[in-house]
Amino acid sequence: MTTIAAGSSHTPRTAVHPVPLTRITAVELRKMFDTRSGFWLIASIAITAVLAAGGVIVWAPDGQLTYSTFATAIRFPVVIILPLIAILAVTSEWSQRTGLTTFTLIPHRYRIISAKAIGSVIIAIAAMALTFAVGALGNLLGAGVKGAPLVWDVTLTQCLYYVFGMVLSLLVGFMLGVLIRASTGAIVAYFILTFLLPTLFGLLASSAQWFHTLQPWVDSQFAQSGLFVFDKSLTGEQWAHIGVTGLIWLVLPLLVGLRLVMRAEVK
Amino acid sequence: MITVESLTMKYGRTLAVDDISFTASAGRVTGFLGPNGAGKSTTMRIMVGLTRATQGTVTIDGRRFADLPNPGLEVGVLLDASAQHAGRTGREILVLAQQFMGLPRTRVEEMLEVVSLTPDEASRRVRDYSLGMRQRLGIATALIGDPEVLILDEPANGLDPAGIRWMRDLLRGYADRGGTVLLSSHLLHEIEVIADDIVMIGHGRIVSQGTKTELLHEAGTIVRADNAIQLELALTDWGLTTHPTGDGALRTEADASLVGKVALQAGVALTELRAAEGAGLEEMFLELTSATQREGVPA
Repeated sequence: MTTIAAGSSHTPRTAVHPVPLTRITAVELRKMFDTRSGFWLIASIAITAVLAAGGVIVWAPDGQLTYSTFATAIRFPVVIILPLIAILAVTSEWSQRTGLTTFTLIPHRYRIISAKAIGSVIIAIAAMALTFAVGALGNLLGAGVKGAPLVWDVTLTQCLYYVFGMVLSLLVGFMLGVLIRASTGAIVAYFILTFLLPTLFGLLASSAQWFHTLQPWVDSQFAQSGLFVFDKSLTGEQWAHIGVTGLIWLVLPLLVGLRLVMRAEVK
Repeated sequence: MITVESLTMKYGRTLAVDDISFTASAGRVTGFLGPNGAGKSTTMRIMVGLTRATQGTVTIDGRRFADLPNPGLEVGVLLDASAQHAGRTGREILVLAQQFMGLPRTRVEEMLEVVSLTPDEASRRVRDYSLGMRQRLGIATALIGDPEVLILDEPANGLDPAGIRWMRDLLRGYADRGGTVLLSSHLLHEIEVIADDIVMIGHGRIVSQGTKTELLHEAGTIVRADNAIQLELALTDWGLTTHPTGDGALRTEADASLVGKVALQAGVALTELRAAEGAGLEEMFLELTSATQREGVPA
């Protein structure tokens, strides 16, 4: 048993500087990777992107072997995994109780939550860059293997739409993490919000005429669908749909969640 | 120095912490003693801003915890050694703290050595750690910023006798270099061994506080009468405070000769009258513990 001194004698310190947000963000990013589960969750974005691209090469009919087909196919695994990263980044502070240390080292919770939001968005953008790269490789490879013409049918604007749409999905996950603060609950809520609710809205819209015109203002998946079609620019009205549904399904619940996080006792 | 002033914490109608005030001074180890559920952990969570007090304040060298620019460099905190992500390695947990505080990376290996975790143990994931190893890791996290104040909740839990001795020496050295140490325990013996000052809490209230020497060698008298109520009234009329000992006798701070005179004047026949033999603290503590076991009879 060593009895080495715990540190230097307590010499008076020079002025202590507040912890900058960049440093908090860097640590929060590191925390998303430094467990096996976190590492594989992020690695699975790359893995599923490659699998989806491979699937397109093998199964897509020759006429559809275009860049947009690749980008669309890769979107599905990524749109599921990306929000999970954001959810777990927030909920693990409570479910794994690491918040006891985190919120003590940085006693301003909004700074930790902001750092987590920035970190998640950085990962989302990196994941999108990867998706585009894998899609491009797939497109080149597909054209090479099958001898189909190489088609680049996506504009830069549409790429930006796509990234924006994915960041919105991620932020919905983030919002649910903040609001619910329990991993399982937040993940289940995410699937309900992203997959079950749009189906119900769709059924309602096809059976009730009054809802048909209302749907784009209420159903966020419907409102955002224009972001992912690689078709044409969005109209002002479509942006308004995205704005209104975003306010209802993202901003308002996020504000409620933030208020709860600021006040909740960390045990 | 930690200053707690009129701290109160209410959960609905339950008073978890009831108007407590004390200070933990620099250069001394202050033991925060009380049975489970007495309010120790709640008080400590309030100190570091994890729980919001209903009333009252806590300051550390005159500042609120939330106002410290980089708290890890000024206050080392260990609230629950098991509150760590089970999938992280011990070293990684220290690296996270080192990076939050902006310390040099070499500090991590230094701290591992201070708490006697081998490089091999540090590379293991925390889920495979014993409670004792988690406590060592938690103490390393608290010490890594070389803070002047330490707040440790039940740090001796899970340590073997050698570990407890090691921690006592560590904290002793820390206080001797001018640091402030506040540690809690539900075991009187642990506190007796480590602390200079003792704050005893029960049912959210401070029941006793002072230096260890004062409290452990407190003069006092155990007195018993068949008519306990009359005896208590007589003593109280004299302005003496009495505490039931739990077996029908009373304990009071007054010496035996005064108690005897009071009883004679009141015409109460005593069946027992003796010095409390410095057992005041232990009895008070047992009383608190047994009161908790009898489902919250107020102390």
